[in-house]
Amino acid sequence: MPARTRTRPAPEAPAPPATTARVATGKKRRNTMWLFLLPALALYAFVVLVPSGRGALLAFTDWDGLSPDRAWVGLQNFTAILDDADARAAVGQTLLIAVAITIIQNGVGLLLALGVNTRIKSRNVLRVFLFAPAVMTPVVTGALWKNLLAPDGAVNWALDSTGLGGLKQDWLGDPNIALWSIVGVVVWQFAGYSMVIFLAGLQGIPQDVYEAAEVDGAGPWTRFRHVVFPLLAPATTINLMLSIIGGLKLFDQVWVMTGGGPGHSTDTLSTLIYKDAFQFGEFAYSIALAIVLTVFVAIISSGQYWLLRRQEESSR
Amino acid sequence: MRSYTWRSFLLELLMLAVTVAFAFPLYVLVNLSLRDPHDPSSAASLTTSPTLQNYADAWQQAGLGGAIANSALVTIASVVVIVIVSSLAAYPLARVTAAWSRGAFLLIMLGLLLPFQLALLPLYQTIRDLHLLGTPWALVLFYSGLQVPFATFLYVGFLRALPRDYEEAALLDGCTPFQAFRSVVFPLLRPITGTVVILNAVLVWNDFLTPLLYLSGSTQQTIPVAIFGFLGQYVSQWELVFAGLVIGSLPILLVYFAMQRHIIKGFAGGLKG
Repeated sequence: MPARTRTRPAPEAPAPPATTARVATGKKRRNTMWLFLLPALALYAFVVLVPSGRGALLAFTDWDGLSPDRAWVGLQNFTAILDDADARAAVGQTLLIAVAITIIQNGVGLLLALGVNTRIKSRNVLRVFLFAPAVMTPVVTGALWKNLLAPDGAVNWALDSTGLGGLKQDWLGDPNIALWSIVGVVVWQFAGYSMVIFLAGLQGIPQDVYEAAEVDGAGPWTRFRHVVFPLLAPATTINLMLSIIGGLKLFDQVWVMTGGGPGHSTDTLSTLIYKDAFQFGEFAYSIALAIVLTVFVAIISSGQYWLLRRQEESSR
Repeated sequence: MRSYTWRSFLLELLMLAVTVAFAFPLYVLVNLSLRDPHDPSSAASLTTSPTLQNYADAWQQAGLGGAIANSALVTIASVVVIVIVSSLAAYPLARVTAAWSRGAFLLIMLGLLLPFQLALLPLYQTIRDLHLLGTPWALVLFYSGLQVPFATFLYVGFLRALPRDYEEAALLDGCTPFQAFRSVVFPLLRPITGTVVILNAVLVWNDFLTPLLYLSGSTQQTIPVAIFGFLGQYVSQWELVFAGLVIGSLPILLVYFAMQRHIIKGFAGGLKG
């Protein structure tokens, strides 16, 4: 930092009035500082709080989104969800996608981070390329992969030309495979995101910690298991939270690549909410589905937060 | 520091191979977008006589110019509002210990848990009643409110780690709290403002579901919606679609390549908070 040109006057005599002035400004400050909150609170209340509260109420009505009158139907929308095979399937698929993405994306992201955190020469270039898909628009990557995964697309072509033609699939058209193809695309897109967060965590570990472990004779696996991984806990927490919540809310890639099909085999809660509201005019029912999603997000993220916090504290 | 050994070399080869596999889809994207539609060779073989015709056609037929302008307007306006509103809110939340401050913080953090699908449908009705459906301003309003919790959370975490001395001095010198915020606190927040700007710009630029709802049926589109419509219309003409995809991704990728050092630094800073 360049030296300041203007030197501050040295504090000469201690000035007793300063304390009272400090108290007075402190009081005045407390009296006006709530004003700073108003714009944020107003926007947040208008966009998030009030509509969410109204949504919570509308889920107990039979509103179709258009007609001015609506009747209170109690829990009917929620019992209907239990009876709705498509909704039950979407819940299962949403959970499966979220768990699969969380495990695979973070596993791949961690390996990539360990790889580019070594002293290889190309590491800066590799980081830039591995992270690039994560900033691309999901609609764009979805459209790209819709083509790559077509029966005559580049993925099957690559399998053919490497002698693995027996593994060729109709990646998005086969109801048994389509869900896993979507998981693969999301992992491809966001593994770099996990990598960057793990990398930030790895770079926060002081070099002498590694060296001390090496001097103590710990092999690479022991070093990772007992030294590096525990110190990565904050990065792991953030990564797991981000990917599981992202997985639970997944919409874009599914909508672009399969629209929830074939059949309903790739429908998620988000695609079903959209279909029910805007294609079938079942607004209240679709808001009830949004509440189911909210409950999942709230339970999983708070449970995860609690578990990981405990783990972080015990590893300190 | 350890030196470059044969093991480093093998690792380097492995990582290069992995990265090439990762980047292969992007190669196919650019490769196919440059190809004459009547060229029958496989999507992966290098295009022999590249042409920019697909780009000119896609630009015209998908209305990408208007969509980029709309996306840019929505992104810039939303990010400016998010930064101003959230940094202002973070100041009392980080500095005042009174009950109202703690209560407001919890209320705002509740927003981190609520998925936006819950608010999206009831808000759709309000936006419709305000006659804002089909205008980019509906989106600016939506993102500004939606991102308050996350941006405020980042600002509060950063501000709590900053010493109070400078602003206390400014207040003693007779500044009003707002003057102290504008000339002392906000400049000190610069590193975290960079992170807030980047994360929100990517989120707003890429979002698809909200503009699909709030702009549907209007001539105003953002990039993801324009690309989606274009894909539906020309799904058999992949060369044309791919040119559209490249044009649609270029703005955000260029911003990324220009800012990538700050992005990685921003993540590192966020982890310490």
